[in-house]
Amino acid sequence: MRRALETGKELSYYAASQALETAGVRLKEIQAVVMATAPDAFDGVHMKGDWLLDGAGAVRKPYLRAYVGGGSGVFSIISGWTLVASGLFDLVLVVAEEKMSSCQPHPQGAFLTIFDHTIERPLGPNLLWIFSLEQHRYMATYGIRNEDIALVSVKNKRNALDHPAAQVAASLTVKDVLASEVVAWPVHRLMVSPISDGAAAIVLASEHVARRLCDKPVWVQGVGWSLDTSYWGNRDLAYPRYVERAARMAYEMAGISEPRRQIHLAEPYDPFAYKELHHLEGLQLADRGKAPEDLASGRFERTGELPTCPSGGLMGVGNPIAAAGLMKLCELFWQLRGEAGARQVPGNPERGLAQAWGDLMQVGTVAVLGVD
Amino acid sequence: MAKPARVPRPIDAPPRLPLRGSPLSDEEFRGEVSTTPWTPKLEYGWDAGIAISRFLDGLKAGTILGVRCNVCGRTVTPPRAFCELDFKPMDAWVELSGTGTINTFSICYITWDMKPLRRPQIPAVIEIDGTTPRGGFLHHIGGVKGSSVEGIRKQLRVGMPVRAIWRKPDQRMGAITDILHFEPVKGRKR
Repeated sequence: MRRALETGKELSYYAASQALETAGVRLKEIQAVVMATAPDAFDGVHMKGDWLLDGAGAVRKPYLRAYVGGGSGVFSIISGWTLVASGLFDLVLVVAEEKMSSCQPHPQGAFLTIFDHTIERPLGPNLLWIFSLEQHRYMATYGIRNEDIALVSVKNKRNALDHPAAQVAASLTVKDVLASEVVAWPVHRLMVSPISDGAAAIVLASEHVARRLCDKPVWVQGVGWSLDTSYWGNRDLAYPRYVERAARMAYEMAGISEPRRQIHLAEPYDPFAYKELHHLEGLQLADRGKAPEDLASGRFERTGELPTCPSGGLMGVGNPIAAAGLMKLCELFWQLRGEAGARQVPGNPERGLAQAWGDLMQVGTVAVLGVD
Repeated sequence: MAKPARVPRPIDAPPRLPLRGSPLSDEEFRGEVSTTPWTPKLEYGWDAGIAISRFLDGLKAGTILGVRCNVCGRTVTPPRAFCELDFKPMDAWVELSGTGTINTFSICYITWDMKPLRRPQIPAVIEIDGTTPRGGFLHHIGGVKGSSVEGIRKQLRVGMPVRAIWRKPDQRMGAITDILHFEPVKGRKR
């Protein structure tokens, strides 16, 4: 949500202080802080990670900024996990923040410099191009219709009706989505996530500290990440191989050999409607080119076999870039503890996955969370 | 006993606002919110580099160049000085043809700041003939009539053969824009 009243530091403070309160931990017990926040250009503040650290509770502590573009939110828990798993710290606060609304006239301007300065920028690209190009390649490779993809917007915006922080929740039909204006065919306006401001935070603890702090800790069972080449015109745009690599790393760590059976809910990254389907295939949670059929059959509904984006995702809750990725992990926390209220998926899920994506369509970050 | 005077709350800010925040339209944001504007002024002089400089020289001469790595066997464009997979210098320059196929395209009706475009842009990834595995780079498609999605989609499809349309030799500058756009090759099958 555009939150002009608060600065990024203030948003970070709200999220961080609420996470500490929920965990029953005082800031002075926190030994290190990881913060994710995406391009400096959004804020027009160089090295904004250091500027925002006050809001993350990181003053006079070991501090690390986790930054892989849109993948940053999930990369923040991966980074925090490495600090705890290495034995260096027992209690780490992870905060993710994004304030996109300051960037005028449109935060897409911050992305113009993602393109190669000599052989791409003279062509006048904008960020929508790479999404619409990738979506069309995905559709053309597998014979997928835009109606099949619009259903992601319908599902996620409807799921978001139950999320207390949702920005663009709505009850819509596929027809409504395809009736919204074409911004860059095949992408329609209602297939794009909005400009958002927001923050999210979690507390990570080592095993013995976590058991002391609460009765039902949620464990980080596996993490993985991978980046592909920046020569994106040389890549297979129909299939995110880097997401597959990230997922396989996380599955191996978590001891998962049959992800479709062993993962009970997923929060794949959905900044654009097709991305959720594209990512589910990369995550090995759907066959290549078949995620749209699974969606149409109801498999990914909140009450389906594999609920995806029960939070409402970026398409429904909003897309404050780095914060959106960590929001997905917060959702897993609530779902796995049975605390998701109206959003709760049935069947006492024991293991969930969150994934984020970003940079020049090249990074996959994956975390698998579970309860005993 | 008299009620004690109200003591000011020591901390009034920041308040805990509802999770949904303060929704604002662009007009409200620009007109009614206290903000500090700033316009960055930065200039850069980017080096084209060893590989891209030669690529740009090639474009000026009307040819598309690629590079080959003898270890992975790939021939790729845009050229690069080293193979990012085998992490060794590329082995040879390869002159590619000015033809290729459409890997994917889009029909874009807005500018980066969401202003509408009367005539859409048609960005595309062009797989350049002679590359293995097939790949290429971003460019525009031209030579297409009309501006509606339906009209343009009747004339273009993924996998369609295209050829580079060049600027006149005396107007080329050694830039990616020395190719004006790619356009469909009539009557040629893939």
